[in-house]
Amino acid sequence: MIVTFTVNGETRTANVVGWESLLGVLRDELGLPGSKNACEQGECGSCSVVLDGELVCSCLVMAGDCEGATVTTVEGYGSEDEAHPVQQAMLDAGAVQCGFCTPGFVVAAAHLYESNPSPKEDEIREALSGNICRCTGYGAILRGLEALAEEGRA
Amino acid sequence: MAHGLDEALAARHAAPGSELLAGGTDMMVEVNLAHHRPSSVISLRHAPELRVLEPHRIGSGVTWATLERSDHRALAQAARTVGSPQIRAAGTLGGNIGTASPAGDGLPWLAALDAGIEVASHTRGSRLVPWSDFFTGVKQTSLADDEIVTAAVLPDDLPAQQEFAKIGPRNAMVISVVSAVVMRWDDGTTRVALGSVAPTPLRARQAEGMISAEANPSDAALAEFARMVAAEVRPITDHRATADYRRHAAGVLARRLLERCLAA
Repeated sequence: MIVTFTVNGETRTANVVGWESLLGVLRDELGLPGSKNACEQGECGSCSVVLDGELVCSCLVMAGDCEGATVTTVEGYGSEDEAHPVQQAMLDAGAVQCGFCTPGFVVAAAHLYESNPSPKEDEIREALSGNICRCTGYGAILRGLEALAEEGRA
Repeated sequence: MAHGLDEALAARHAAPGSELLAGGTDMMVEVNLAHHRPSSVISLRHAPELRVLEPHRIGSGVTWATLERSDHRALAQAARTVGSPQIRAAGTLGGNIGTASPAGDGLPWLAALDAGIEVASHTRGSRLVPWSDFFTGVKQTSLADDEIVTAAVLPDDLPAQQEFAKIGPRNAMVISVVSAVVMRWDDGTTRVALGSVAPTPLRARQAEGMISAEANPSDAALAEFARMVAAEVRPITDHRATADYRRHAAGVLARRLLERCLAA
């Protein structure tokens, strides 16, 4: 099945097997390995992407269902030259340990700040509750994002 | 991928038994863990008719993220306990109904309300199935192989008080060990429905009858209510909990929710 959809602002076409996940297509066919494959059951958030405006686990999206969809992956945030504010905030706070969960956290946090530039701590925790860091590096992630929220309030 | 309900119904008519894909949060787990290779799938994500939310009719495609903000208090409470924000943005009430897991978080609420499950087919139009006829076993329903769940239809008379809670190992991202909804109307009529304690959502009707006759339940009446609920559930032992624990927890949970209804 040929699926055409918009990924990070570009029109992309993929040949997908019926039941294949969006995550598999992003990583293996479209050369976008930023979204990580871990639990494959929607528990860990490592594969988070924004699909038609909603934060979802791309491992639970059937790729064949994405015809005409708009997808933003972690590769769509920031650039080589200029980090996205969420990425910069996490860099400044040292909010990366092994780094495997980081892309999912970046996408979830960026999605939050798009609708709410100055979230409170409990709102940040809630928005990130679907993302798991098995290094347990939550403290630095929260500190970085709270600092960004302070800037949003300034 | 169906564009609209009519197209989905026509596709299901042309290929009876095709699997229905709503939010994907159940089906794709089975696919990813290689248990399941669906040969024919009809996606319902692009059927706007299913996303319509009315006061007494909830379209099957309405997501948990929307229901979290619902005026139906216990349904909103249940929606907030479903998975993570990512899961709630994708998963739908209709998916919960169609999957018919004993642990479906939205199902006790439908059972407590005596909601109807609205289903449609290409050739026979719509019909309304009482929830108790719709759920027939663990992940088993009476949905015909050319039908699609289109909505949950609520009664006119909604309760003054309604409370949901579930028990799991932690506060977020859990599949329920026991879930319960208690509703109380101003005339004292009380209903209690439970999840994860039987193959289908379960109403504890003897406990309901007893407590509905109590205008101001005493401590003794509340204790008897808990005992009767625990006696009426039919749990099993599995990797999440023992049957004994579920039976005990069902009584505790039902009493606690009733106390919240009475205190409100």
